[in-house]
Amino acid sequence: MINIHEVIETNNMIEQDNLDVRTITLGISLLDCASTDINEVNENIYNKIINTAKNLVSVGDRIEKEYAIPIVNKRISVTPISLVGASSCKTIEDYISIAKTLDKAAKEVGVNFIGGFSALVSKGMTNSERLLIQSIPRVLKETDRVCSSVNVGTTKTGIDMNAVKLLGEIVLETAELTKERDSIGCTKLVIFCNAPDDNPFMAGAFHGVTEGDAIINVGISGPGVVKKAIESARGKDFEVLCETIKKTAFKITRVGQLVAQEASKLLGIPFGIVDLSLAPTPAIGDSVAEILEEIGLECVGAPGTTAALAMLNDQVKKGGVMASSYVGGLSGAFIPVSEDQGMIKAVKMGALTIEKLEAMTCVCSVGLDMIPIPGDTKATTISGMIADEMAIGMINNKTTAVRLIPVIGKTVGEEVNFGGLLGYGPIMPVNKFSCDAFINRGGRIPAPIHSFKN
Amino acid sequence: MKKTIITVVGKDSVGIISKVCTYLAENNINILDISQTIVQGYFNMMMIVDSNESSKSIEELASEFDKLGESIGVYIKVQHEDIFDRMHRI
Repeated sequence: MINIHEVIETNNMIEQDNLDVRTITLGISLLDCASTDINEVNENIYNKIINTAKNLVSVGDRIEKEYAIPIVNKRISVTPISLVGASSCKTIEDYISIAKTLDKAAKEVGVNFIGGFSALVSKGMTNSERLLIQSIPRVLKETDRVCSSVNVGTTKTGIDMNAVKLLGEIVLETAELTKERDSIGCTKLVIFCNAPDDNPFMAGAFHGVTEGDAIINVGISGPGVVKKAIESARGKDFEVLCETIKKTAFKITRVGQLVAQEASKLLGIPFGIVDLSLAPTPAIGDSVAEILEEIGLECVGAPGTTAALAMLNDQVKKGGVMASSYVGGLSGAFIPVSEDQGMIKAVKMGALTIEKLEAMTCVCSVGLDMIPIPGDTKATTISGMIADEMAIGMINNKTTAVRLIPVIGKTVGEEVNFGGLLGYGPIMPVNKFSCDAFINRGGRIPAPIHSFKN
Repeated sequence: MKKTIITVVGKDSVGIISKVCTYLAENNINILDISQTIVQGYFNMMMIVDSNESSKSIEELASEFDKLGESIGVYIKVQHEDIFDRMHRI
């Protein structure tokens, strides 16, 4: 039988260390909504989302009350819209109309984000996919809850550099269109290499074509819990440290698994995966950077940061995998800048640079995430940063992503504040040297060789 | 049988257990186990109860315990046992 100390431990994690379930994300296939008539497509999409997701928020709230564990977000991911809209969308306006339908449906069912205004163009873009990408800036300006992502590379296909070039321009245009709000539109746009089909985390969530009709994916959190747990291992060797992280990750993930199974049962929708990510928030004590500092760094960014992060990421996976029947999504530590108190502090102190963040993305999930950069950064420079990150993903057979925010009208030394979970942070300096000729070449970077790994 | 865990945390005073137990009896909730400890000077009590015969849902119980806790000056939490079982048992 459960004893009082176990109960106190669990409740302390929730009350003092910010343990929560970050998101229940309902993936919905919209493949059956396609038609040649755009009005019909919009109607089909709206009806399918409303019918499938009508109980999502109330079920989430019920689970939250029964277990007294906060479930921070309830969200929806849908089939990449480039596939659903391919036969009906002849203009940018057509794609914008679908985005507005998604926004309306999201508001109707009460979710705070809907992901999947996406295109998968790792080898090439169809005309329709190009149209979708071109519509992204206006979509992110004219809707509130729609999130967009574009997969521009995979380990098997290489990187579509035409898409990388275009997306540098699209990021900048999105920033320009939302400049009155610190270019917040860019916080809803992720550019991927090796994007997973079952990612529950925004802004990069979409419901991949390998998925069934509807699925429940759950993203857990808990950096604060890990930090607290390893305080007890201060001064001990790596064996003790790693065991502590694994045990904690196991406990956190079990809660995610429980919530996922309950949601699946109550909604009558199959359970997909638990995403084992350590997802920070701007709240004090909910930071991945602080875990790295507890491991022994004076400040995140110091020599040793990449090794500490690699170890942390691996132990979280080792502990989490056993705790869940199915693991997927991004599964790893997130290192966003503006959403993590410790990262923000490190940037302000001059300890953390974009180049170090890039190195860190080689050993953990996602990539250059939520980084405000000067608004006068050139489109080709943004494309160059995207290309670098995509190359890391492609060569290392892992997911990488870019979510940069060129803040129009602001430069290094100034700060931005996006509010809420998106956080705030200083504008980070970007290398000033040009990569124009590299980006302007066009074409594809071929798929890498899969042997002779060095 | 799905068990429910009730935790009471706060400054120790006369009658906490009695008031909580009275509420449970009134709502047809059977106590299976009680344990208590003092952590950092605070009174911590845990009850394992069977609320299956109660007409109230766990959400209703939680909101009524909120009020009761407020009146006694302690914090009362109601949770399904599963969250602890999953976290601490393989």
